[in-house]
Amino acid sequence: MTRPPGTLVRNTTAARINHWITAGCFVLLLLSGLSMFHPMLFFLSDLFGGGQWTRAVHPWIGTVLLVSYLGLIVQFWRDNFWNRDDIAWMKAIDRVLVNQEEGVPEVGRFNAGQKFVFWSMALLVPVLFLTGLIIWEVYFGSATSIEVQRTAVLIHSAAAIVAIIVWITHVYAAIWVEGSVRAMTQGYVTPGWAWRHHRKWLRRLAASGSSGPTPGPER
Amino acid sequence: MADLQAQDYIRISASTLTPPSTRRTEDQVAKLIDTSRCIGCKACQAACMEWNNLRQEVGHFEGSYENPMDLSPSVWTLMRFNEWEDEKGKLEWLIRKDGCMHCEDPGCLKACPAPGAIVQYANGIVDFISEHCIGCEYCVKGCPFDIPRISPVDHKSYKCTLCSDRVDVGLEPACVKACPTGAIMFGAKTDMQDWAGERIADLKSRGFENAGLYDPPGVGGTHVMYVLHHADKPSIYSGLPDHPHISYLVDFWKGVVKPLSLVGIAFAALAGFFHWIVEGPNEVQPEDEAKARELLKAAEKSP
Repeated sequence: MTRPPGTLVRNTTAARINHWITAGCFVLLLLSGLSMFHPMLFFLSDLFGGGQWTRAVHPWIGTVLLVSYLGLIVQFWRDNFWNRDDIAWMKAIDRVLVNQEEGVPEVGRFNAGQKFVFWSMALLVPVLFLTGLIIWEVYFGSATSIEVQRTAVLIHSAAAIVAIIVWITHVYAAIWVEGSVRAMTQGYVTPGWAWRHHRKWLRRLAASGSSGPTPGPER
Repeated sequence: MADLQAQDYIRISASTLTPPSTRRTEDQVAKLIDTSRCIGCKACQAACMEWNNLRQEVGHFEGSYENPMDLSPSVWTLMRFNEWEDEKGKLEWLIRKDGCMHCEDPGCLKACPAPGAIVQYANGIVDFISEHCIGCEYCVKGCPFDIPRISPVDHKSYKCTLCSDRVDVGLEPACVKACPTGAIMFGAKTDMQDWAGERIADLKSRGFENAGLYDPPGVGGTHVMYVLHHADKPSIYSGLPDHPHISYLVDFWKGVVKPLSLVGIAFAALAGFFHWIVEGPNEVQPEDEAKARELLKAAEKSP
């Protein structure tokens, strides 16, 4: 994709493809999962060709999501380490929430909120996958006792709901902070966006003469 | 069972609505299985296969009278045999006809996510409506008696229907019809309780002081009841649960997590929406771009 001159690469092409495969799987899992969770949402199963198809396809989409999310972990884990900047940033969250970012402690490529989404999903996705395997009747229906399956389905539902709430936070933040959606669709941001939201990242890029997403070797 | 019934529903799986409830003239039915009169002939098992056109694949002899060794999508009732020694070392051969208990408060129905896949008729019979079954196995998790079995062929759940098709037209279930000793009786639940009372009095007079009726209150009573000579310990009858109830895990899942979740999701979505309405988008300002340009220029000049 052609990047306008002077802009910075926020997400590489590989990262964007990986992200959108994950996102697509997540939305399909959310729709099919909710249809089997609450009777008022059972109509969503029609999107998948009915209840039998929903039940059959849901675990396979989940398997794709697991692999896809592992890809995201590989690509993003380095920039998601928790550090002192995050605590300082969290203390100023009230200013961030009202769009008054001047004076808020500077952060690197990701802020504490983004790191929270990343690590929440890094925990929830494997939990959902493992509990999902236990209740995947077609292949593992007789692998565990009924009591284990009852526990698994309870954890699976609760973890899914937490994941959906984290996902809503993630999607809303992307809409709220303008320029973020383009960062994941076309992959670039303006230097002003980086200055406003990820100033430390911008400083590192500037110091190494890199156009992103990772700083080059120090000059 | 296909959905061709003449009975009203009183409970429907995965439904938030009240089923039609004006007509309430139906007698509650029950099947009474008197273990003290059972001779283990398996006529009931054969009759069930015959009436319902079920043919389990022929297996192998496993060293037990029990045959086949478990319920399956095509074995809806099964004679279970247990050799039990009492405290004095006296051997008793306990035979129990296993199958769906048709709970008044059915755990399968509570757990089922497919609308109308599990129903309870006005006469108390719990039935699986196969057209609506999605094969998720939640009914297995809901059931306190380990009864439903999922077919690996059509991915639908099966169990005893209490011959709801026969009962609808005034016939007794096939197993009842075939029983040669009168160990299986069928009728109004109150009549069956009365008859059980007579049987229990008789058993007590013959030295079975713990004889009693198995109609477990933990599931609101059942529409299949047992007369047991040892009602103080049902589990000696090949694992009949002593105090069956819907698992607390299932109760918590369906009673707490399910309703609270939608509230949580709706709250998160509304919080986002109102934040947008109150604070609006976080937009990059011209000053931000200017400051960023300064920074980049300064960096370029100082290599």
